[in-house]
Amino acid sequence: METETIIETTNLTKRYGHQTAVNGLNLKVKEGEIFGFLGPNGAGKTTTLLMLLGLSRPSKGHATVCGLNPLRMAREVKRHVGYLPENVGFYEDMDAVQSLEYVADLNGLKKVEAREKIDELLGLVGLKDQAGKKTAAFSRGMKQRLGVAEVLIKDPEVLFLDEPTLGLDPEGAIQLINLIQSLNEEKEITVLLSSHNLHQVQKMSHRVGIMIDGSLIAEGSIDSLAEEKFGVGEKEYSLEEIYMKYFQEA
Amino acid sequence: MQGLYAVFKKELQDHLSSYRFVILFALIAMVSFITSYMAAVHMRENLEGLASTRFPFLMLFSTPGAMFSMVQFVAFFGPLIGLILGFDAINRERTQGTLIKVISQPIYRDAVINGKFLAGVTTIAVMLVAIVLVISGFGLAFVGVVPGVEEIWRLFIYLIISIFYISFWLGLAILFSILFKSIATSSLASVALWIFLSFFISLGAEVVANTVAPIDRKNEVQPEVVLKHERIKEMVSLSSPMILYSNATATIIDPMRKTTRSLILMGPMEELLSARFQSPLPLGQSIVIVFPHIIALIAITLICFAISYVVFMLQEVRT
Repeated sequence: METETIIETTNLTKRYGHQTAVNGLNLKVKEGEIFGFLGPNGAGKTTTLLMLLGLSRPSKGHATVCGLNPLRMAREVKRHVGYLPENVGFYEDMDAVQSLEYVADLNGLKKVEAREKIDELLGLVGLKDQAGKKTAAFSRGMKQRLGVAEVLIKDPEVLFLDEPTLGLDPEGAIQLINLIQSLNEEKEITVLLSSHNLHQVQKMSHRVGIMIDGSLIAEGSIDSLAEEKFGVGEKEYSLEEIYMKYFQEA
Repeated sequence: MQGLYAVFKKELQDHLSSYRFVILFALIAMVSFITSYMAAVHMRENLEGLASTRFPFLMLFSTPGAMFSMVQFVAFFGPLIGLILGFDAINRERTQGTLIKVISQPIYRDAVINGKFLAGVTTIAVMLVAIVLVISGFGLAFVGVVPGVEEIWRLFIYLIISIFYISFWLGLAILFSILFKSIATSSLASVALWIFLSFFISLGAEVVANTVAPIDRKNEVQPEVVLKHERIKEMVSLSSPMILYSNATATIIDPMRKTTRSLILMGPMEELLSARFQSPLPLGQSIVIVFPHIIALIAITLICFAISYVVFMLQEVRT
Protein backbone atom coordinates (compact mmCIF):
# COMPACT_ATOMS: atom_id res chain seq x y z
CA MET A 1 0.00 0.00 0.00
CA GLU A 2 1.47 3.29 -1.11
CA THR A 3 0.74 6.05 1.35
CA GLU A 4 1.64 9.71 1.56
CA THR A 5 3.39 11.30 4.50
CA ILE A 6 0.98 13.73 6.13
CA ILE A 7 3.07 14.96 9.06
CA GLU A 8 6.80 15.39 8.84
CA THR A 9 9.22 17.13 11.17
CA THR A 10 12.88 17.71 10.54
CA ASN A 11 15.17 18.46 13.44
CA LEU A 12 12.29 20.07 15.34
CA THR A 13 13.60 21.61 18.57
CA LYS A 14 11.99 23.59 21.36
CA ARG A 15 13.93 25.17 24.19
CA TYR A 16 12.59 26.97 27.24
CA GLY A 17 15.54 28.88 28.62
CA HIS A 18 18.17 26.26 29.30
CA GLN A 19 15.74 23.38 29.19
CA THR A 20 15.24 21.50 25.98
CA ALA A 21 11.70 20.18 25.75
CA VAL A 22 11.99 18.73 22.27
CA ASN A 23 15.38 17.88 20.89
CA GLY A 24 15.89 17.49 17.14
CA LEU A 25 12.75 15.51 16.48
CA ASN A 26 12.44 13.72 13.14
CA LEU A 27 8.98 12.25 12.87
CA LYS A 28 6.96 10.91 9.97
CA VAL A 29 3.29 10.07 10.15
CA LYS A 30 1.63 8.51 7.13
CA GLU A 31 -1.77 9.34 5.85
CA GLY A 32 -4.58 7.19 7.20
CA GLU A 33 -2.70 5.54 10.05
CA ILE A 34 -3.10 5.63 13.81
CA PHE A 35 0.23 6.67 15.23
CA GLY A 36 0.82 5.99 18.92
CA PHE A 37 3.00 8.61 20.52
CA LEU A 38 4.55 7.19 23.68
CA GLY A 39 6.80 8.51 26.39
CA PRO A 40 6.92 9.40 30.06
CA ASN A 41 5.44 12.60 31.45
CA GLY A 42 7.40 15.64 30.41
CA ALA A 43 8.99 13.92 27.44
CA GLY A 44 7.81 16.71 25.16
CA LYS A 45 4.82 15.07 23.51
CA THR A 46 2.39 17.91 24.14
CA THR A 47 5.00 20.49 23.15
CA THR A 48 5.46 18.65 19.86
CA LEU A 49 1.71 18.65 19.23
CA LEU A 50 1.53 22.39 19.97
CA MET A 51 4.35 23.08 17.51
CA LEU A 52 2.62 20.98 14.86
CA LEU A 53 -0.49 23.11 15.36
CA GLY A 54 1.40 26.38 15.09
CA LEU A 55 0.50 27.32 18.68
CA SER A 56 4.10 27.19 19.78
CA ARG A 57 7.12 28.49 17.91
CA PRO A 58 9.93 25.97 17.40
CA SER A 59 13.41 27.12 18.41
CA LYS A 60 14.91 25.22 15.49
CA GLY A 61 13.90 22.93 12.68
CA HIS A 62 10.57 22.86 10.94
CA ALA A 63 7.44 20.85 10.46
CA THR A 64 5.01 20.13 7.68
CA VAL A 65 1.41 19.22 8.38
CA CYS A 66 -0.90 18.42 5.44
CA GLY A 67 1.70 20.00 3.19
CA LEU A 68 1.62 23.27 5.15
CA ASN A 69 4.10 24.97 7.42
CA PRO A 70 2.30 25.49 10.76
CA LEU A 71 4.51 28.44 11.61
CA ARG A 72 3.39 30.45 8.59
CA MET A 73 -0.05 29.03 7.89
CA ALA A 74 -1.29 28.27 11.39
CA ARG A 75 -4.87 29.04 10.49
CA GLU A 76 -4.85 26.77 7.45
CA VAL A 77 -3.29 23.95 9.44
CA LYS A 78 -5.92 24.33 12.14
CA ARG A 79 -8.59 24.00 9.47
CA HIS A 80 -7.38 20.47 8.72
CA VAL A 81 -6.29 19.36 12.17
CA GLY A 82 -8.51 18.73 15.16
CA TYR A 83 -6.78 18.91 18.54
CA LEU A 84 -8.20 17.39 21.71
CA PRO A 85 -6.06 18.67 24.61
CA GLU A 86 -5.32 16.56 27.63
CA ASN A 87 -7.74 18.28 29.98
CA VAL A 88 -10.25 19.72 27.60
CA GLY A 89 -12.36 22.44 29.23
CA PHE A 90 -15.88 23.64 28.60
CA TYR A 91 -17.86 26.75 29.41
CA GLU A 92 -19.80 25.56 32.40
CA ASP A 93 -22.93 27.59 31.79
CA MET A 94 -23.35 26.17 28.30
CA ASP A 95 -25.05 22.91 27.43
CA ALA A 96 -23.62 20.39 24.95
CA VAL A 97 -25.40 21.92 21.97
CA GLN A 98 -24.37 25.49 22.79
CA SER A 99 -20.82 24.35 23.31
CA LEU A 100 -20.78 22.70 19.88
CA GLU A 101 -22.49 25.70 18.32
CA TYR A 102 -19.73 28.00 19.54
CA VAL A 103 -17.05 25.74 18.07
CA ALA A 104 -19.02 25.57 14.81
CA ASP A 105 -19.19 29.37 14.85
CA LEU A 106 -15.44 29.63 15.34
CA ASN A 107 -15.03 27.33 12.35
CA GLY A 108 -17.25 29.56 10.27
CA LEU A 109 -20.01 27.03 9.68
CA LYS A 110 -23.40 28.29 8.53
CA LYS A 111 -26.21 27.98 11.03
CA VAL A 112 -28.25 25.34 9.19
CA GLU A 113 -25.15 23.39 8.29
CA ALA A 114 -23.97 23.52 11.90
CA ARG A 115 -27.27 22.33 13.26
CA GLU A 116 -27.27 19.22 11.08
CA LYS A 117 -23.64 18.51 11.86
CA ILE A 118 -24.17 18.89 15.62
CA ASP A 119 -27.14 16.55 15.52
CA GLU A 120 -25.12 13.95 13.64
CA LEU A 121 -22.09 14.24 15.95
CA LEU A 122 -24.13 14.04 19.14
CA GLY A 123 -25.51 10.77 17.81
CA LEU A 124 -22.04 9.56 16.88
CA VAL A 125 -20.53 10.13 20.33
CA GLY A 126 -23.69 8.96 22.10
CA LEU A 127 -24.65 12.21 23.81
CA LYS A 128 -28.01 12.73 22.17
CA ASP A 129 -29.91 12.27 25.44
CA GLN A 130 -27.67 14.74 27.26
CA ALA A 131 -27.78 17.41 24.57
CA GLY A 132 -29.56 19.94 26.77
CA LYS A 133 -27.54 19.31 29.92
CA LYS A 134 -25.04 21.89 31.19
CA THR A 135 -21.45 20.79 30.71
CA ALA A 136 -20.75 21.50 34.39
CA ALA A 137 -22.81 18.41 35.23
CA PHE A 138 -20.96 16.20 32.74
CA SER A 139 -18.91 13.23 33.90
CA ARG A 140 -15.32 12.83 32.77
CA GLY A 141 -16.33 10.33 30.09
CA MET A 142 -19.09 12.53 28.75
CA LYS A 143 -16.74 15.52 28.62
CA GLN A 144 -14.21 13.51 26.68
CA ARG A 145 -16.85 12.42 24.19
CA LEU A 146 -18.12 15.98 23.84
CA GLY A 147 -14.52 17.03 23.24
CA VAL A 148 -14.26 14.49 20.42
CA ALA A 149 -17.50 15.81 18.92
CA GLU A 150 -16.05 19.33 19.05
CA VAL A 151 -12.93 18.43 17.14
CA LEU A 152 -14.98 16.56 14.53
CA ILE A 153 -17.08 19.60 13.66
CA LYS A 154 -14.50 20.88 11.20
CA ASP A 155 -14.29 17.53 9.35
CA PRO A 156 -10.60 17.15 10.13
CA GLU A 157 -8.11 15.16 8.07
CA VAL A 158 -5.88 14.68 11.09
CA LEU A 159 -6.71 14.28 14.76
CA PHE A 160 -4.29 15.03 17.60
CA LEU A 161 -5.51 13.28 20.72
CA ASP A 162 -3.60 14.02 23.91
CA GLU A 163 -4.29 11.31 26.50
CA PRO A 164 -7.89 10.78 25.36
CA THR A 165 -8.57 7.85 27.67
CA LEU A 166 -6.94 9.27 30.80
CA GLY A 167 -9.22 8.96 33.82
CA LEU A 168 -11.95 7.11 31.99
CA ASP A 169 -13.57 3.98 33.37
CA PRO A 170 -12.81 0.79 31.36
CA GLU A 171 -16.14 0.86 29.58
CA GLY A 172 -15.79 4.51 28.63
CA ALA A 173 -12.24 3.94 27.46
CA ILE A 174 -13.27 1.04 25.23
CA GLN A 175 -16.13 3.06 23.76
CA LEU A 176 -13.77 5.90 22.98
CA ILE A 177 -11.19 3.58 21.43
CA ASN A 178 -13.85 2.00 19.24
CA LEU A 179 -14.98 5.47 18.21
CA ILE A 180 -11.45 6.51 17.27
CA GLN A 181 -10.92 3.29 15.32
CA SER A 182 -14.15 3.68 13.42
CA LEU A 183 -13.28 7.29 12.57
CA ASN A 184 -9.95 6.10 11.27
CA GLU A 185 -11.45 3.32 9.19
CA GLU A 186 -14.61 4.94 7.90
CA LYS A 187 -13.63 8.57 7.51
CA GLU A 188 -9.96 7.83 6.87
CA ILE A 189 -8.81 10.30 9.49
CA THR A 190 -5.14 10.13 10.43
CA VAL A 191 -4.79 9.94 14.21
CA LEU A 192 -1.80 11.02 16.24
CA LEU A 193 -2.43 9.64 19.68
CA SER A 194 -0.41 10.32 22.78
CA SER A 195 -1.04 7.96 25.65
CA HIS A 196 0.42 6.17 28.64
CA ASN A 197 -1.91 3.24 28.34
CA LEU A 198 0.24 0.81 26.38
CA HIS A 199 -2.43 -1.88 26.03
CA GLN A 200 -4.76 0.53 24.36
CA VAL A 201 -2.04 1.90 22.12
CA GLN A 202 -1.03 -1.61 21.11
CA LYS A 203 -4.63 -2.46 20.32
CA MET A 204 -5.26 0.44 18.00
CA SER A 205 -1.98 1.81 16.63
CA HIS A 206 -0.51 0.90 13.28
CA ARG A 207 2.83 2.40 14.24
CA VAL A 208 4.29 3.87 17.38
CA GLY A 209 7.00 6.32 18.32
CA ILE A 210 8.76 6.38 21.68
CA MET A 211 9.92 9.73 22.96
CA ILE A 212 12.18 10.16 25.98
CA ASP A 213 13.65 13.46 27.17
CA GLY A 214 12.71 15.30 24.03
CA SER A 215 14.16 12.80 21.58
CA LEU A 216 12.46 10.17 19.52
CA ILE A 217 14.36 6.98 20.29
CA ALA A 218 12.28 4.52 18.29
CA GLU A 219 9.73 4.63 15.53
CA GLY A 220 7.97 1.91 13.61
CA SER A 221 5.38 -0.83 13.79
CA ILE A 222 5.23 -2.80 17.01
CA ASP A 223 6.56 -5.92 15.31
CA SER A 224 9.53 -4.13 13.85
CA LEU A 225 10.39 -2.60 17.21
CA ALA A 226 10.21 -6.02 18.84
CA GLU A 227 12.47 -7.41 16.17
CA GLU A 228 14.97 -4.65 16.72
CA LYS A 229 15.17 -5.20 20.46
CA PHE A 230 14.64 -8.93 20.88
CA GLY A 231 15.51 -10.36 17.48
CA VAL A 232 13.30 -12.52 15.32
CA GLY A 233 11.63 -15.26 17.26
CA GLU A 234 8.52 -17.24 17.91
CA LYS A 235 7.51 -15.22 20.93
CA GLU A 236 5.21 -12.24 20.54
CA TYR A 237 6.28 -9.36 22.70
CA SER A 238 3.80 -6.93 24.16
CA LEU A 239 4.30 -3.23 23.68
CA GLU A 240 4.86 -2.96 27.41
CA GLU A 241 7.92 -5.21 27.29
CA ILE A 242 9.30 -3.37 24.28
CA TYR A 243 8.70 0.02 25.86
CA MET A 244 10.40 -0.94 29.13
CA LYS A 245 13.38 -2.31 27.25
CA TYR A 246 13.79 0.96 25.37
CA PHE A 247 13.20 2.95 28.52
CA GLN A 248 15.85 1.11 30.51
CA GLU A 249 18.39 1.50 27.78
CA ALA A 250 17.76 5.19 27.30
CA MET B 1 -13.09 38.07 10.78
CA GLN B 2 -15.19 34.97 11.28
CA GLY B 3 -13.37 34.15 14.50
CA LEU B 4 -13.52 37.71 15.78
CA TYR B 5 -17.27 37.90 15.24
CA ALA B 6 -17.86 34.52 16.88
CA VAL B 7 -15.86 35.47 19.98
CA PHE B 8 -17.46 38.93 20.10
CA LYS B 9 -20.97 37.48 19.90
CA LYS B 10 -20.31 34.90 22.59
CA GLU B 11 -18.64 37.36 24.95
CA LEU B 12 -21.38 39.94 24.52
CA GLN B 13 -23.99 37.31 25.25
CA ASP B 14 -22.08 36.29 28.35
CA HIS B 15 -21.78 39.88 29.57
CA LEU B 16 -25.39 40.83 29.03
CA SER B 17 -26.78 37.70 30.63
CA SER B 18 -24.40 37.56 33.60
CA TYR B 19 -25.47 38.40 37.15
CA ARG B 20 -22.41 40.58 37.33
CA PHE B 21 -23.79 42.88 34.66
CA VAL B 22 -27.31 42.95 36.08
CA ILE B 23 -26.11 43.84 39.59
CA LEU B 24 -23.68 46.46 38.30
CA PHE B 25 -26.27 48.00 36.06
CA ALA B 26 -28.90 48.10 38.80
CA LEU B 27 -26.43 49.74 41.17
CA ILE B 28 -25.30 52.38 38.72
CA ALA B 29 -28.80 53.09 37.46
CA MET B 30 -29.96 53.56 41.03
CA VAL B 31 -27.14 55.90 42.00
CA SER B 32 -27.42 58.00 38.88
CA PHE B 33 -31.15 58.19 39.33
CA ILE B 34 -30.72 59.48 42.86
CA THR B 35 -28.02 61.99 41.94
CA SER B 36 -30.00 63.40 39.07
CA TYR B 37 -33.08 63.58 41.27
CA MET B 38 -31.08 65.59 43.78
CA ALA B 39 -29.77 67.74 40.96
CA ALA B 40 -33.29 68.33 39.74
CA VAL B 41 -34.50 69.34 43.17
CA HIS B 42 -31.61 71.76 43.56
CA MET B 43 -32.10 73.03 40.06
CA ARG B 44 -35.64 74.07 40.82
CA GLU B 45 -34.37 76.14 43.73
CA ASN B 46 -31.50 77.55 41.72
CA LEU B 47 -33.58 78.45 38.72
CA GLU B 48 -36.23 80.29 40.73
CA GLY B 49 -36.01 84.01 40.15
CA LEU B 50 -33.62 83.71 37.22
CA ALA B 51 -34.75 85.03 33.89
CA SER B 52 -33.17 82.22 31.89
CA THR B 53 -30.26 79.86 31.84
CA ARG B 54 -29.06 78.63 28.58
CA PHE B 55 -28.24 75.08 29.52
CA PRO B 56 -30.63 73.82 32.17
CA PHE B 57 -30.59 70.34 30.72
CA LEU B 58 -26.88 69.74 31.27
CA MET B 59 -27.31 70.78 34.89
CA LEU B 60 -29.04 67.45 35.46
CA PHE B 61 -25.66 65.83 34.94
CA SER B 62 -23.29 68.40 36.32
CA THR B 63 -24.98 69.85 39.40
CA PRO B 64 -23.86 68.20 42.59
CA GLY B 65 -26.97 67.44 44.55
CA ALA B 66 -26.45 66.22 48.09
CA MET B 67 -23.08 64.61 47.50
CA PHE B 68 -21.85 64.46 43.93
CA SER B 69 -23.06 64.95 40.41
CA MET B 70 -23.69 62.23 37.89
CA VAL B 71 -20.49 63.22 36.04
CA GLN B 72 -18.42 62.96 39.21
CA PHE B 73 -19.98 59.63 39.99
CA VAL B 74 -18.92 58.20 36.64
CA ALA B 75 -15.42 59.59 37.14
CA PHE B 76 -15.12 57.91 40.54
CA PHE B 77 -16.90 54.61 40.04
CA GLY B 78 -17.06 54.18 36.26
CA PRO B 79 -13.67 52.40 36.33
CA LEU B 80 -15.27 49.65 38.40
CA ILE B 81 -17.45 48.75 35.41
CA GLY B 82 -14.39 48.26 33.25
CA LEU B 83 -12.54 46.32 35.94
CA ILE B 84 -15.44 44.02 36.69
CA LEU B 85 -16.03 43.26 33.01
CA GLY B 86 -12.39 42.45 32.33
CA PHE B 87 -10.51 41.16 35.37
CA ASP B 88 -10.96 37.47 34.54
CA ALA B 89 -11.22 37.70 30.75
CA ILE B 90 -8.24 35.52 29.89
CA ASN B 91 -7.19 33.71 33.05
CA ARG B 92 -10.64 32.23 33.64
CA GLU B 93 -10.49 30.62 30.20
CA ARG B 94 -7.01 29.43 31.03
CA THR B 95 -8.01 27.73 34.28
CA GLN B 96 -11.14 26.34 32.64
CA GLY B 97 -9.04 24.87 29.84
CA THR B 98 -11.11 26.54 27.15
CA LEU B 99 -8.45 28.94 25.88
CA ILE B 100 -6.40 26.24 24.18
CA LYS B 101 -9.55 24.83 22.65
CA VAL B 102 -10.59 28.17 21.21
CA ILE B 103 -7.20 29.04 19.76
CA SER B 104 -6.78 25.59 18.23
CA GLN B 105 -9.76 26.40 16.03
CA PRO B 106 -9.01 27.96 12.65
CA ILE B 107 -8.94 31.57 13.85
CA TYR B 108 -6.15 34.06 14.36
CA ARG B 109 -5.12 34.25 17.94
CA ASP B 110 -5.83 37.98 18.18
CA ALA B 111 -9.50 37.30 17.45
CA VAL B 112 -9.82 36.16 21.08
CA ILE B 113 -8.48 39.32 22.68
CA ASN B 114 -10.01 41.69 20.13
CA GLY B 115 -13.39 40.01 20.48
CA LYS B 116 -13.25 40.20 24.24
CA PHE B 117 -12.21 43.85 24.27
CA LEU B 118 -14.84 44.87 21.72
CA ALA B 119 -17.57 42.99 23.58
CA GLY B 120 -16.55 44.77 26.78
CA VAL B 121 -16.56 48.17 25.09
CA THR B 122 -19.97 47.45 23.61
CA THR B 123 -21.32 46.49 27.03
CA ILE B 124 -19.91 49.69 28.52
CA ALA B 125 -21.46 51.74 25.72
CA VAL B 126 -24.84 50.09 26.19
CA MET B 127 -24.71 50.78 29.91
CA LEU B 128 -23.72 54.44 29.64
CA VAL B 129 -26.09 55.30 26.81
CA ALA B 130 -28.95 53.67 28.69
CA ILE B 131 -28.18 55.64 31.83
CA VAL B 132 -27.87 58.96 30.05
CA LEU B 133 -31.14 58.31 28.23
CA VAL B 134 -32.90 57.38 31.45
CA ILE B 135 -31.72 60.54 33.17
CA SER B 136 -32.70 62.62 30.15
CA GLY B 137 -36.15 61.13 30.11
CA PHE B 138 -36.40 61.70 33.80
CA GLY B 139 -35.39 65.33 33.32
CA LEU B 140 -38.02 65.81 30.68
CA ALA B 141 -40.74 64.33 32.82
CA PHE B 142 -39.80 65.66 36.23
CA VAL B 143 -38.29 69.07 35.58
CA GLY B 144 -39.71 69.73 32.18
CA VAL B 145 -36.48 70.84 30.54
CA VAL B 146 -36.01 70.13 26.87
CA PRO B 147 -32.46 69.67 25.56
CA GLY B 148 -31.27 71.93 22.77
CA VAL B 149 -29.21 70.74 19.83
CA GLU B 150 -25.97 71.90 21.38
CA GLU B 151 -26.75 70.15 24.63
CA ILE B 152 -27.38 66.91 22.79
CA TRP B 153 -24.00 67.28 21.05
CA ARG B 154 -22.29 67.96 24.34
CA LEU B 155 -23.88 64.89 25.89
CA PHE B 156 -22.82 62.83 22.88
CA ILE B 157 -19.19 63.93 23.21
CA TYR B 158 -19.37 63.34 26.93
CA LEU B 159 -20.54 59.77 26.24
CA ILE B 160 -17.69 59.11 23.81
CA ILE B 161 -15.09 60.36 26.30
CA SER B 162 -16.66 58.30 29.08
CA ILE B 163 -16.66 55.15 26.97
CA PHE B 164 -12.94 55.62 26.28
CA TYR B 165 -12.29 56.31 29.95
CA ILE B 166 -13.99 53.15 31.14
CA SER B 167 -12.47 51.16 28.26
CA PHE B 168 -9.05 52.16 29.56
CA TRP B 169 -9.85 50.35 32.78
CA LEU B 170 -11.26 47.42 30.84
CA GLY B 171 -7.99 47.22 28.90
CA LEU B 172 -6.02 47.38 32.12
CA ALA B 173 -8.10 44.61 33.70
CA ILE B 174 -7.64 42.43 30.61
CA LEU B 175 -3.90 43.07 30.74
CA PHE B 176 -3.80 41.87 34.35
CA SER B 177 -5.89 38.83 33.48
CA ILE B 178 -3.22 37.95 30.91
CA LEU B 179 -0.27 38.63 33.19
CA PHE B 180 -1.58 36.87 36.28
CA LYS B 181 -2.62 33.24 36.18
CA SER B 182 -4.84 33.48 39.24
CA ILE B 183 -8.16 35.29 39.10
CA ALA B 184 -7.85 36.51 42.70
CA THR B 185 -4.49 38.12 41.95
CA SER B 186 -5.62 39.82 38.79
CA SER B 187 -8.75 41.25 40.42
CA LEU B 188 -6.81 42.51 43.44
CA ALA B 189 -4.09 44.01 41.28
CA SER B 190 -6.52 45.90 39.11
CA VAL B 191 -8.50 47.24 42.07
CA ALA B 192 -5.27 48.26 43.79
CA LEU B 193 -4.09 50.16 40.75
CA TRP B 194 -7.49 51.82 40.43
CA ILE B 195 -7.39 53.04 44.02
CA PHE B 196 -3.82 54.21 43.64
CA LEU B 197 -4.31 56.09 40.39
CA SER B 198 -7.65 57.57 41.35
CA PHE B 199 -7.24 58.53 44.99
CA PHE B 200 -3.59 58.50 45.99
CA ILE B 201 -2.14 60.38 43.06
CA SER B 202 -3.69 63.63 44.23
CA LEU B 203 -2.09 63.15 47.64
CA GLY B 204 1.16 62.25 45.92
CA ALA B 205 0.93 65.35 43.77
CA GLU B 206 0.78 67.53 46.88
CA VAL B 207 3.79 65.75 48.37
CA VAL B 208 5.84 66.10 45.18
CA ALA B 209 4.90 69.77 44.84
CA ASN B 210 5.84 70.43 48.48
CA THR B 211 9.21 68.81 48.00
CA VAL B 212 10.14 70.45 44.74
CA ALA B 213 8.68 73.90 45.39
CA PRO B 214 7.87 74.26 49.07
CA ILE B 215 5.76 77.26 50.02
CA ASP B 216 7.34 78.98 52.98
CA ARG B 217 4.38 80.32 54.91
CA LYS B 218 6.43 82.04 57.61
CA ASN B 219 8.03 84.51 55.29
CA GLU B 220 6.46 86.43 52.49
CA VAL B 221 5.11 84.09 49.86
CA GLN B 222 6.73 84.45 46.47
CA PRO B 223 4.19 84.34 43.64
CA GLU B 224 6.63 82.45 41.39
CA VAL B 225 6.98 79.73 44.00
CA VAL B 226 3.23 79.38 44.33
CA LEU B 227 2.94 79.20 40.59
CA LYS B 228 5.61 76.52 40.33
CA HIS B 229 4.01 74.61 43.18
CA GLU B 230 0.65 74.58 41.44
CA ARG B 231 2.12 73.66 38.07
CA ILE B 232 3.92 70.65 39.50
CA LYS B 233 0.83 69.59 41.35
CA GLU B 234 -1.23 69.76 38.19
CA MET B 235 1.36 67.90 36.17
CA VAL B 236 1.60 65.02 38.62
CA SER B 237 -2.12 64.70 39.12
CA LEU B 238 -2.65 64.54 35.36
CA SER B 239 -1.02 61.12 35.45
CA SER B 240 -4.24 59.92 37.06
CA PRO B 241 -6.77 58.89 34.41
CA MET B 242 -9.53 60.09 36.71
CA ILE B 243 -8.17 63.64 36.83
CA LEU B 244 -7.57 63.51 33.10
CA TYR B 245 -11.14 62.43 32.55
CA SER B 246 -12.58 64.99 34.97
CA ASN B 247 -10.71 67.74 33.17
CA ALA B 248 -11.68 66.46 29.75
CA THR B 249 -15.37 66.39 30.56
CA ALA B 250 -15.41 69.56 32.67
CA THR B 251 -15.77 72.11 29.90
CA ILE B 252 -17.81 69.76 27.72
CA ILE B 253 -20.60 69.24 30.19
CA ASP B 254 -20.42 72.74 31.71
CA PRO B 255 -20.34 75.45 29.02
CA MET B 256 -19.77 78.14 31.65
CA ARG B 257 -16.34 76.75 32.45
CA LYS B 258 -13.63 78.18 30.34
CA THR B 259 -10.54 76.45 31.62
CA THR B 260 -9.54 73.30 33.40
CA ARG B 261 -6.93 75.17 35.38
CA SER B 262 -7.28 76.20 38.95
CA LEU B 263 -7.73 79.88 39.79
CA ILE B 264 -4.16 80.34 40.97
CA LEU B 265 -2.70 79.34 37.63
CA MET B 266 -4.79 81.84 35.68
CA GLY B 267 -3.27 85.06 34.59
CA PRO B 268 -4.85 88.23 36.01
CA MET B 269 -6.61 89.05 32.76
CA GLU B 270 -7.91 85.52 32.47
CA GLU B 271 -9.24 85.73 35.98
CA LEU B 272 -10.90 89.02 35.25
CA LEU B 273 -12.46 87.64 32.12
CA SER B 274 -13.96 84.62 33.78
CA ALA B 275 -15.36 86.78 36.55
CA ARG B 276 -16.77 89.51 34.35
CA PHE B 277 -18.17 87.71 31.37
CA GLN B 278 -20.59 85.06 32.44
CA SER B 279 -21.53 83.89 29.00
CA PRO B 280 -21.18 80.27 27.94
CA LEU B 281 -18.53 79.06 25.49
CA PRO B 282 -19.57 77.75 22.12
CA LEU B 283 -19.16 73.98 21.73
CA GLY B 284 -16.15 74.25 19.42
CA GLN B 285 -14.24 76.35 21.93
CA SER B 286 -15.15 74.01 24.79
CA ILE B 287 -13.64 71.16 22.82
CA VAL B 288 -10.51 73.11 21.93
CA ILE B 289 -9.79 73.75 25.60
CA VAL B 290 -9.83 70.10 26.59
CA PHE B 291 -8.58 68.67 23.30
CA PRO B 292 -5.20 67.62 24.72
CA HIS B 293 -6.95 65.86 27.58
CA ILE B 294 -9.25 63.98 25.23
CA ILE B 295 -6.36 62.90 23.01
CA ALA B 296 -4.34 61.81 26.04
CA LEU B 297 -7.26 59.76 27.33
CA ILE B 298 -7.76 58.02 23.99
CA ALA B 299 -4.01 57.45 23.75
CA ILE B 300 -3.67 55.74 27.14
CA THR B 301 -6.66 53.54 26.32
CA LEU B 302 -5.13 52.42 23.05
CA ILE B 303 -1.66 51.97 24.56
CA CYS B 304 -3.09 49.85 27.35
CA PHE B 305 -4.90 47.64 24.88
CA ALA B 306 -1.86 47.44 22.62
CA ILE B 307 0.26 46.17 25.52
CA SER B 308 -2.32 43.48 26.36
CA TYR B 309 -2.43 42.53 22.70
CA VAL B 310 1.32 42.10 22.37
CA VAL B 311 1.67 40.21 25.66
CA PHE B 312 -1.17 37.88 24.72
CA MET B 313 0.22 37.20 21.24
CA LEU B 314 3.65 36.32 22.59
CA GLN B 315 2.46 34.20 25.48
CA GLU B 316 2.67 30.44 25.41
CA VAL B 317 -0.72 28.82 25.78
CA ARG B 318 -0.74 25.25 26.99
CA THR B 319 -4.08 24.87 28.71
